[in-house]
Amino acid sequence: MRDFDFIRPATISDAIAAAAGPGSAYLAGGTNLLDLMKGGITSPERIVDITRLPELNRIETLDDGGLRIGALVRNADLAHDPAFAKAYPAVAEALLSGASAQLRNAATVGGNLLQRTRCSYFYDTASACNRREPGSGCSALGGENRLHAILGWSDACIATHPSDFCVPLVALDTVVEIEGKEGRRHVTLEEFHRLPGDTPQRETMLEPGELIVAVRLPAEAASFAAHARYLKVRERTSYAFAVVSAAAALVVDRGKIRGARLALGGVAAKPWRARSAEAALLGADADEASFVRAADAALADASPSGDNAFKIELARRIVVRALMAAKAGTPERMPALPASPFSSIPGVRHDA
Amino acid sequence: MTSKTTIPVHLDINGQRHTLELEPRVTLLDALRDRLGLTGTKKGCDHGQCGACTVHVDGERVLACLTLAAQAAGRTITTIEGLAREGELHPVQAAFLEQDAFQCGYCTPGQIMSAVACIREGHAGSDEEIREYMAGNLCRCGAYPHIVAAVRQAALEAAS
Repeated sequence: MRDFDFIRPATISDAIAAAAGPGSAYLAGGTNLLDLMKGGITSPERIVDITRLPELNRIETLDDGGLRIGALVRNADLAHDPAFAKAYPAVAEALLSGASAQLRNAATVGGNLLQRTRCSYFYDTASACNRREPGSGCSALGGENRLHAILGWSDACIATHPSDFCVPLVALDTVVEIEGKEGRRHVTLEEFHRLPGDTPQRETMLEPGELIVAVRLPAEAASFAAHARYLKVRERTSYAFAVVSAAAALVVDRGKIRGARLALGGVAAKPWRARSAEAALLGADADEASFVRAADAALADASPSGDNAFKIELARRIVVRALMAAKAGTPERMPALPASPFSSIPGVRHDA
Repeated sequence: MTSKTTIPVHLDINGQRHTLELEPRVTLLDALRDRLGLTGTKKGCDHGQCGACTVHVDGERVLACLTLAAQAAGRTITTIEGLAREGELHPVQAAFLEQDAFQCGYCTPGQIMSAVACIREGHAGSDEEIREYMAGNLCRCGAYPHIVAAVRQAALEAAS
């Protein structure tokens, strides 16, 4: 790892001033950043350690009924907060399906949003990667790409965003609170991550030096608590990134769908909100036929970026299964294997 | 060409205070092993994938390879060397011996540090839960069934 200056500011404004120069990076949990620095994928000259800023560590209920989660709240603390897990069960389930207990004890809310793709060519500095080195090409195109994107990719980049946490968050209309030299601004999580286009190196709406200070869940997000699930297909039982995942949240009244949220993970360079599927669900019967139509709508624009056509059908099936699981109701207790599609779900066919 | 800059880092490890002059890039893992001779914490993958470097910071399990020593400054750090009390093995260490929960032993310090935290967190209520909450500790020898048995035994002892 290249050496760097280490700065520990006492306030948010000190942090932003310290990170104003080029080559600066904020350090929170460090679970992705330090790994990237060891591999020389990123080499900041100045590390601004924000971990001792107490105001970023709070979970607060807002006057309008929303919830504000500080950027430094750790994944484990949020997932195991009983009130949080009760109100936003799919978010807690997604958190607990990610990484390991050790990593969840370090990884933070803000860092989760900013984690980089796990595309192996991005990590291999001997490979071409437009995301790491603009204009160098993309070794994943025509390479080992069975886990790459099926939605929103471009010829410049076919990588996926690896987050679980962001998938239910984007479904629930989460807003990102950002602070910079010009003050504070808000960006929806749906807009926050960019699709690659011709500029895959520009991954988010953050400007250099800006800091995520919190995310906000609007009041309506808790209205799905009775019917919200996150399901994640992995290549092993646990401790793996998603091949595909889905967050599904419903409001069901006398068999009819009165509210619907759906987002996919592991399919694109950003957590993928499936709005056309939500539109197809609204007012429909809460049954498998409706869920299949919604899945078809969600994947209508999907196309393989390589040897990954199987992910399109897999994503359709995980959408149907997640919606069936959401309809069946949020479990009383977090499953021992969070987000596992192999847990038995009442009324769900094994081949759904 | 680059001038080597170091910073003073105060580390509280197993009840002892250490002050080291370190380059900021030094991980907690390298500080423990290379500067303090605490080689019980293992350097497996050095990328946060294997769990061999698991230690406790303020009582919670984290990966020492993905923690800068400077990040851990002023926190209470416990390593495998700090578990035994007055010559008595920690109950989780004893359970690993009794259940023969290792073969080569390389992953064992990390497994034990993780298991102590797993039990304390209340995540050792069933074999399924133990397997899930110990998933961050890999064992290349495949001693998993005995590891689960050791964690189960230690969890039952802790509850009684």
